[in-house]
Amino acid sequence: MPAITVNQDLVRTIAELSQLNIDAKDIDGYAADMTKVLALVEEMHTVDTVAVVPMSNPTDASQQLRQDEVTEADQRDRYQAIAPETDGGFYLVPRVVD
Amino acid sequence: MSELHTRTLSQMLQDLDNKVYSSVELTQHYLDRIERLDPSINSYITVLRDAALSRAASMDTARSKGSHSPLAGIPIAHKDIICTEGVRTSAGSRMLDNFIAPYNATLVEQLNKAGVVTLGKTNMDEFAMGSSNENSYYGPVHNPWQRDRVPGGSSGGSAASMAARLCAGATGTDTGGSIRQPAAFCGITGLKPTYGRVSRWGVIAYASSLDQAGPMAQTAEDTAHLLQAMAGFDPRDSTSINQPVPNYLAQINAPVAGLRIGLCQEYFDAGLDDNIRAAVMTAAKTLESMGAILSEVSLPNTQQAIPAYYVIAPAECSSNLSRYDGVRFGYRCANPESIEDLYKRSRSEGFGREVKSRIMVGTFALSAGYYEAYYRKAQQIRRLISADFTRAFEQVDYILGPTTPSTAFKLGEKLDDQVAMYLQDIYTISVNLAGLPAISLPAGQSQGLPIGLQLIGRHLDEGGLLKVAHNFQQASDWHLRRPDDNQ
Repeated sequence: MPAITVNQDLVRTIAELSQLNIDAKDIDGYAADMTKVLALVEEMHTVDTVAVVPMSNPTDASQQLRQDEVTEADQRDRYQAIAPETDGGFYLVPRVVD
Repeated sequence: MSELHTRTLSQMLQDLDNKVYSSVELTQHYLDRIERLDPSINSYITVLRDAALSRAASMDTARSKGSHSPLAGIPIAHKDIICTEGVRTSAGSRMLDNFIAPYNATLVEQLNKAGVVTLGKTNMDEFAMGSSNENSYYGPVHNPWQRDRVPGGSSGGSAASMAARLCAGATGTDTGGSIRQPAAFCGITGLKPTYGRVSRWGVIAYASSLDQAGPMAQTAEDTAHLLQAMAGFDPRDSTSINQPVPNYLAQINAPVAGLRIGLCQEYFDAGLDDNIRAAVMTAAKTLESMGAILSEVSLPNTQQAIPAYYVIAPAECSSNLSRYDGVRFGYRCANPESIEDLYKRSRSEGFGREVKSRIMVGTFALSAGYYEAYYRKAQQIRRLISADFTRAFEQVDYILGPTTPSTAFKLGEKLDDQVAMYLQDIYTISVNLAGLPAISLPAGQSQGLPIGLQLIGRHLDEGGLLKVAHNFQQASDWHLRRPDDNQ
């Protein structure tokens, strides 16, 4: 895989996917940083991994499941006490539908 | 009473038992030291003066009534990524500057049950992303040995507060070296347990398949005391290991004679500082003189660890940090015009530069067209790295090497070179990818700065690591050295 050079358009696309605003003056800086990091990780592509099974858990354990039982009491008031804005048990956000 | 802080945590337990001083006196002593010394170190984000004194008084009462809580009255500090009920838990970020945790992390509950007094919450790189503690919303931490140096990161506040004797022990988290590297830079002992040994419930997530909390203290024995309380199965953490917790202190004095210790040849490469190489070899010889059998081992995929890590960790971070949207908790931008504006501005204003950079890299690595080439590839490399360790542990019981390629560098020195900063973790990152336990302990000094020795063990062999470290500390005094208060 050839090394990726991150340009301004790619920074804008990735910022959009990341739900981030990047100031116009900072775009080149992010592009340069991302290009360097992607060059650093490029070394992976020198290794043949065709027959290697990906490892997502470092102890190769599978996710433990529990019984589908309610274990937590309702603590809505407590958790909403730290919310930026609520009303009557609902989280307030700007109008979504006009 | 002016030197209480020079006692080890283990000695403090004896002193408290023998009523040499009370937990209130000990706690007050630390609070006074924090007030006097921390302004030039910046290791604490939050100091819980009143709560700590009140807790200490209740622990003194419990002791007088015959309490056998194993850590009753011991003042410690928690890294500010670990949720503490009713106390700000910021993760070093503006995003969570206003976040008062509504519950305790499991490990906090366990340490509380063991009787600790919480002095406060320690400074850190934002969301644990960094190797110098310069990425904190609350400003950089200064290394107590030389204030113009970094303490390492991301658990830099915990390491610095321990080194300056502003607590008797501390908690940290380690995703790519964040306990061990600052422990090395600050001249203390720090243990990254096996992935799943300590519950991650209530530990704010960075990269969930790598994150692991652990203890930081003056000595291996002190570290064992803390781990004993922290370790254990937690049904609330689906990656928690359901295995009994051994008695770490019961085996800590066992001899190292006959143990096979491998020197990883890739960890002594050209990038290693000569003084660190010499100190680590001297430490290896010390263990050999105690009967350990030294040999060389190879971890041939070591060079691939940083590339794999800087795909996996950002990918998991981009997913984990998507929860910060300005709706339910944390920072919200002023006067959002639309839901999209709310999300984007809250995130853009709430996160610092390094966090945004990693979110971007991770989002890229997971995006359509790149997932196979980056994320899947990195997970395949991860298996190769893990297999390297499996092969090595067929030949030896422990792997020994330096914790870091250099001693603490100067504040600002690597700020403009992200990749140079990432390379700091060259000897620590493989351990996280393979989920292994590893300990860093002081093994020398170079130009007045501590040198860290790293020992890596098999899964769940924290007890063995603590034993080897304790044996080394019986034959050396590096762990007893502390920086001059008046640096």
